This record gives sequence, structure tokens and C-alpha cells, in this order.
Amino acid sequence: MNKEHTKVLVDPLVDNNPITLQVLGICSALAVTSQLSTALIMSLALTSVTAFSSAGIALIRNHVPSSIRIIAQMVIIASLVIVVDQMLKAFAYEISKQLSVFVGLIITNCIVMGRAEAYAMKNPPLESFLDGIGNGLGYSLILITVATVREVLGAGKLLGIDVLPLLKDGGWYVPNGLLLLPPSAFFLIGLLIWAVRTWKPQQVEKPDFAIVPAHGEAH
Amino acid sequence: MLNSNAGQPQALSALQPYIEKGRQYAERVLALSNDSFEKTLAVAFALCLVGAILVAGSAVALKPLQQINKSRDEKVNILEVAGLLDKDTNIDEAFRNIEPRIVDLATGDYVDTVDARSYDQWKAAKDPALSVAIPPEKDTANIRRKPNQAKVYLVKEAGQLKSLILPVNGYGLWSTMFGFIALEADAQTVVGMNLYDQAETPGLGGEVVNPKWKALWKGKKVYNFTGKELHESNLTEKGQAIEIGEVALGLVKGGVEPGKPGAEFQVDALAGATLTSRGVSNLVQYWMSKEGYGVYLAKIRTGKI
Repeated sequence: MNKEHTKVLVDPLVDNNPITLQVLGICSALAVTSQLSTALIMSLALTSVTAFSSAGIALIRNHVPSSIRIIAQMVIIASLVIVVDQMLKAFAYEISKQLSVFVGLIITNCIVMGRAEAYAMKNPPLESFLDGIGNGLGYSLILITVATVREVLGAGKLLGIDVLPLLKDGGWYVPNGLLLLPPSAFFLIGLLIWAVRTWKPQQVEKPDFAIVPAHGEAH
Repeated sequence: MLNSNAGQPQALSALQPYIEKGRQYAERVLALSNDSFEKTLAVAFALCLVGAILVAGSAVALKPLQQINKSRDEKVNILEVAGLLDKDTNIDEAFRNIEPRIVDLATGDYVDTVDARSYDQWKAAKDPALSVAIPPEKDTANIRRKPNQAKVYLVKEAGQLKSLILPVNGYGLWSTMFGFIALEADAQTVVGMNLYDQAETPGLGGEVVNPKWKALWKGKKVYNFTGKELHESNLTEKGQAIEIGEVALGLVKGGVEPGKPGAEFQVDALAGATLTSRGVSNLVQYWMSKEGYGVYLAKIRTGKI
């Protein structure tokens, strides 16, 4: 693995994270992060779909007619998502029931489409595959962080194992029910974006408009 | 052995000209400009073909595993409602004591002409030949059609009937909820209630899956015998009608006061989920009435079957 490959793989983790920098794929990040187990499976599903769809699209990138470019990408992505959904139903039935429609919605996840369009259409298969893995891991990192906070503070558990003893079971922790509802994921992702941009100020977007000093004030 | 060895190259050689033609065509198309009409069609077709093979292949190959999961899940739901599920229950072992039977809802009798293991009541409810449309004024559970025959499960212990598990459904706020109600052999006392398939608001109506709420159902009574609800079909030898009883079981707002008259028919409604609670009450009322299992349960109670 050369330097370029490492960069493609590691860059999306923090420096170019699809969620915190590009703010893509938020919908599923809100919906499946109330428990760590669902977040882990979702991360795995999205990472494999992004990696294989990017590789597949990169393989045929020189022969895709531009007029049906997006449809061609969608065919590959949608097929892979259905395969992943079938696999989950066969091998992780309980969790696939909890994820329900959100596995199918990977088809419309902006990260998958975004990587196909922005990277895989212009780069060879191996690089595209690594780029897919990298972006999937970037997404997973945020999902797992958010899900850990939500499950621990919202239910006092992690992966279903008691971490904070609940008051109703004779412990001391009163769970915060808000963290089990989707809005809390919004707050947490917002806080994460804030933290990352404070750590790496170059990620802060420039304002679209600058206020010009009023006439005469410059004197 | 010899045959198959000799047959294969022959079949291949017969295909050889076609493979060659296909290869030549692919080469010609790939050399065309990306935006040419022919290449657009050819690429779209080839992509769809590959996608279809991938999807169909995985769906067919994984189907047996998925079906095992599904039937296991159904068994778990049934064992749970009957209170037979512990952490270390062997599901197939425990299921050996449970016998599925087909019941004709109108007469309340068992039907043996249908294979009980493969019958799917909710599939039958969609089939016009196996179900009836419910007139709107009677459709309190809001399910539109009901199957003519229902699949009940009898839990037996040493040959004796211990409890009955009845599938039910009804509309809540967002979704049609599917579940089971388990009754004791007296066809009157509730063993459990389990709505395993629903899409009500998580945290509010979705609390129908909360084990604490489900535990409230145990020991409640279904029927209040007032002498009013009689079933007058030819149920008894002497031409007497059987009393079905009035379905009294339902959810109440504001909490159940134990000891108050009627408390044995009441279960706490779900906080913040008026419409889901109403839906649960309606589905219990509907399926326990003579439209649902009323006649069958009356026969069980009076020992007619």
C-alpha cells in the first residue's frame, strides 16, 4: 500500500469526514443510533456497500454513457444494497428487524452516491474501493460515537449490557429519555462538528458573504 | 462419469460460435463513443442484467436461511405470549407441547381438512376465496377483511389443555398491529398479550412491546356474563344457545384501581398514546366477540369441543 492509498483511506476519518465536514448521510445517523448494536451493523452495511459500489463503478467508469450516468450508478448501488439487506435477514435477523427500512435507504444515502460521483468515476477500482472503505469508516466513527453516548446515557447500557446501574433497578442513574429520541442525535452530531472544527479550524467554512464597511467609515 | 466428461466440452463447443459472436459484439460496442445511442442501450442492458443476476441470486440462495429465521421468530413470539420463554428455553423442545389447529370462526369448530402447519391466517385474510369483507359498521378493529379460518395454538401439558393462543390484529395509530392473546383453558383468563408486529410511535404507542406493560395483562378476565350475548346457531344437542358473554376486557385511562369492581377487566392504557390504546382495546373487543373467537371460546368453555 503506497502513500496515496493510505491517504485515501485515512483522510475521511477526521480531515474529510463525510458527516462532520460534508454533512452527508445524516438521516440514517439520526435513526439507527439509539443502540450501539444497530449502529455497528448499519456501519458495516454502509461501508461494504460504499466500497463495492465504488469499485464496481470505477471498473466501468470509462464506458458509462454520460446521459445515463446516475442511473447506471444507482443500478449498481441498489443491487448491492438489496444483497446486503438479504444477507442481514439471513444472518442477523433480529437486528435487521430493528433497522427495518433504513438498510434499504442506504440506496439514497448521499455518501454512497457522493463517492461514486466524486471519486469512483475518475479513479481506478483499487483506489475507489479504498476510498469507499475510508468514507464508510468515517461514517462509522461518527455513528459509533453517537450511538455509544446515546445508549449509555439514554438507557444506562452498552450493547445491552448494564453500564450505569439504573435507579429503578436499585442503582443511582436516572436515564435521560431524550437521548433515545432522534433529536438528540442532531444535538450530538452538532456538538461533534463543533468539537472537530475547534480542533481543526481549517474545516470552518468561509462565510458566503462578507459585510463591507459602510461608506465613509474607512476614514 | 464418462458421459458428463464427454458431454461438457461438446456443449461448450456448440456454444463456441455464439460466445465468439458475443465477444466480437462487445468489442465493437466498447470501441464506440460513450454517447452513441447503441452503446447507451448496450451498457444499460448489460448493467441491468448483472444487477438482476446479483439480486435474484442472493434472494434465492438466502431464502432457506431467512425462512428458518422467520419461523423461529414466530415460535419465539408464541412461546413468549404463553409465558413459556426463559433465557435458556430450547425453542424447538418447548414448541413440541404446542399444537396448531385450524378453527372455523363462524361455527367455532376445528377444521381438519386444512394443513395447520402450513396455513397462514394473515395471508388467507387477503385471499377473497378464504376470507370475508367486514361491513364497515362491524369493523371496529379496522382490518377490512377477516379470514374464515383462524390458526390457534393449543398448549398442552400431559395431554391436558393448558392454554390457548389466538392470533389477533387491529389498527392502531399508524399501523395494523399483529399479535397473540393467550388465554387459560377456561377461555376467560388472560395469560399474556404480545403485539409483535407494529409500527406505532416509538416511546409512546410503541410501548405496547414494553414487558412491564405486557405483564399487566396476566390474570385479567375477558368476558362479563350478562346473559345477553347468546349464540343461537345449532350449538348444543338440546337446541340451547350458548352464552358467549359480553367482551369487557379493555384499556382504561388514568390507571386501574385494584379491588374496584370491574378491575379484573381493565388494563392501564398507554400514557400519551390514546389512539394506540383505543386500537388495542378495539382489537381485543373485536377478536373476542362473536365476529372473532367468541363462538369458539364459548364452546371451549362449555366443553363442547
